[in-house]
Amino acid sequence: MNIQEIAAEIQSRWNNEIKLSTIAGTLECRCHREHLVPLCGWLFNRLNCHFAGLTAEELPDRWNLDYLFTPAGESGIIRINTAAPLKERNFPSISIAVHAADWHEREAEDLFGLTFEGHPRLGDFILHDDAWQEGVEPMRENFSAADVLSGRNPKPDWRPRRILKAPGAFIMPVGPVFSGEAESVHFQLETIGEEVLRAFPRLFFKYRGVEKLAEGRSVDNGLLLAERFAGSTAFSHALAFSMAIEKLSGEEVPPRAEVLRVFMAELERLRHHLGVIEGICSSTGLAVGTGQCAILEEEALRISGALTGHRYLFGLCIPGGLSRDFDKTALKSAAERATDIVRRMNSIEKLLINTSSFLDRLEEVGAVTEKQAHDFGLAGPVARASGYSCDTRKQLPYGAYRNFDFDSPHEREGDGYARLRLFFAEVRESGRIMEQAAEKLPPGKTAVPCNPDAGTAISTAETPRGATWHRIRIGTDGKIKRYRLITPSFANWHGFHIAAENFAFQDFPIILATFGLSVAENDR
Amino acid sequence: MSRWVIKGIRTGIVTTRYPEKKEETPGTSPGLPEQVTGIAPENRETESRCPTGALSREKNRLNLRQERCIHCFRCSRGTENPIPWKNGFEWAEIRNPEAVVPASLRHSLHIRVVDAGDCGACLNEIKLLNNPYYNMHRLGFFITPTPRQADILLVAGPVAEHMKTPLLKAYEAMPAPKRVMAVGACALNGGVFGPGFVTGSGVADILPVDIEIPGCPPPPLAILHGLCLIAGQLKNEPNAATGTRKGEK
Repeated sequence: MNIQEIAAEIQSRWNNEIKLSTIAGTLECRCHREHLVPLCGWLFNRLNCHFAGLTAEELPDRWNLDYLFTPAGESGIIRINTAAPLKERNFPSISIAVHAADWHEREAEDLFGLTFEGHPRLGDFILHDDAWQEGVEPMRENFSAADVLSGRNPKPDWRPRRILKAPGAFIMPVGPVFSGEAESVHFQLETIGEEVLRAFPRLFFKYRGVEKLAEGRSVDNGLLLAERFAGSTAFSHALAFSMAIEKLSGEEVPPRAEVLRVFMAELERLRHHLGVIEGICSSTGLAVGTGQCAILEEEALRISGALTGHRYLFGLCIPGGLSRDFDKTALKSAAERATDIVRRMNSIEKLLINTSSFLDRLEEVGAVTEKQAHDFGLAGPVARASGYSCDTRKQLPYGAYRNFDFDSPHEREGDGYARLRLFFAEVRESGRIMEQAAEKLPPGKTAVPCNPDAGTAISTAETPRGATWHRIRIGTDGKIKRYRLITPSFANWHGFHIAAENFAFQDFPIILATFGLSVAENDR
Repeated sequence: MSRWVIKGIRTGIVTTRYPEKKEETPGTSPGLPEQVTGIAPENRETESRCPTGALSREKNRLNLRQERCIHCFRCSRGTENPIPWKNGFEWAEIRNPEAVVPASLRHSLHIRVVDAGDCGACLNEIKLLNNPYYNMHRLGFFITPTPRQADILLVAGPVAEHMKTPLLKAYEAMPAPKRVMAVGACALNGGVFGPGFVTGSGVADILPVDIEIPGCPPPPLAILHGLCLIAGQLKNEPNAATGTRKGEK
């Protein structure tokens, strides 16, 4: 169903009790709290809409909640909006019907002090209960980001919840400081010996409060946060941020900048995926494979560094275009070097798929079904490896992607090997897109001045790990009022446990590597 | 399996010769702004574009505090008076000269890495120290999973609230003498996050820092330079990259 049909169906089902409007491909549904669960449940379970995320916001006179969906296989965004006076803090939990909303509601409960009635598990999420007392609500208006909280009164006797009641069952704690140079995350692995029966990642050790820090900052300063909260996918997040600002200013980005942005985004994807493939080789103990992939990753970083000045493409994407121009020869030679990397990666892939000891560790390990990918709202390569279609570049094409010939690869099995194949296939596609971009680079400017008007804008971009959503509200003083970051890692961490459970301990790091997750991107 | 051996041999040696020889391959470092003189005192545009206060003015000279620079290029792009940038990566500064490892022990040092809220870029550069291009094993540096065997605690990130306790526990678990290395602008002064309700203003808030490595992120060569300095394999020589002497404020 496309969004017009969905709008007509909502109108007939809810007898005009839900106010509908369509603006630029976005269907907005304003509804009372009592309609939330049936409406969201119907969209999610009957129409198989993808749940993208929840945005909570405290306005001067009311709570404002936005639930974002995208229709299955169609272009467009569905925004379900509900509001309530500030003194009422109770909302119905849609998680019962829309499982993908589970963590989003926990986050809003923790940071805003909202209660989602019917949610089975609130509390201890972002602000850990053993470090903070109840009642700290950092995202509220009256809370200052500059405050250093002292005199805290946490619950030191906090203990993880145990689900497994079998005799001899115990929790194997891993992290937050573990492995060689892993990101900080804590796992509670419940087991009775050999297998991980329940995997519970306790995240947000790296919570830096980026959404709060952005409040009151200028757009230029907010861009620094957007770019640097998840450095390994900096360009894509800076791009999503910039696109939201561009929507508010009404500026058209010059075509040259649009093509260059595609080039850079794909260079980042290529480099990121090579890093993930390296991680998979390393998790299986394949030393030569790890070294070979590491060589390619370093070369991709050197291409970025030599071309743009920064190995992780920091400081490049700005609202209105790019911070600098590139000449066509430099771009072409970078694309050629990238093609050479793809060629050498193909030969490594051939070696890998003929190494049975390597494949044994991946095949039929850590499988996620298409249904599970939908239920958990998974994003990016992880979802596509299960056959769940969710590529923003195809469904909600932004920038110059419409003019490029590329595939969004899919696999069906959803196991570790399918994810590995998908990463390889996507690197090849990125190489193809970069070649086309270098070829068809139009002349012209690379940036226009961009001054946003007061208002709210949502933008979405496909980062290497999947779709990210940036929602920005700019106040009348031109400063950021509210910045909401919905990231693919947040969705994929939510679903990670389904892949990790019921496998032996030695499979755990391998499953983790095939998910290509970022903790920094999740924790924000 | 023999295919992998052949593949490895065919690839040859790609490892840098640094620190014996200079490494100037393009793309290995973002570089830093240069100190410039001769700017009219009323022209304050360039330094006002710097979001972290890395550029400061002294009469007609623009000074750089390299530990604050986050390579955002705002002083060199989109302005009418762009200031030039200089290549190089030898940015590390020793804060505690007594922490330099004595000669008899400097050829095998174990490092425990702690991610205290890092964005992923610094950690990736640390990971790449092990790749064939940099291969820190050849210089006797090893990453260890346990702090009990670690000589150096390498910390990246602004020290997020929840990471304070794990970081302190890792430090306490280390045997003496302990050396603490702060890597990246966030670990040095909080970077773009800065002091606030869940982030601190760097590692020095809670641990004694022996060596600082500026950069956002510092490229692998900059971290390697810092490791060689703390291990006493390199001397505190005039810094080719910035023209300043290390240890000077």
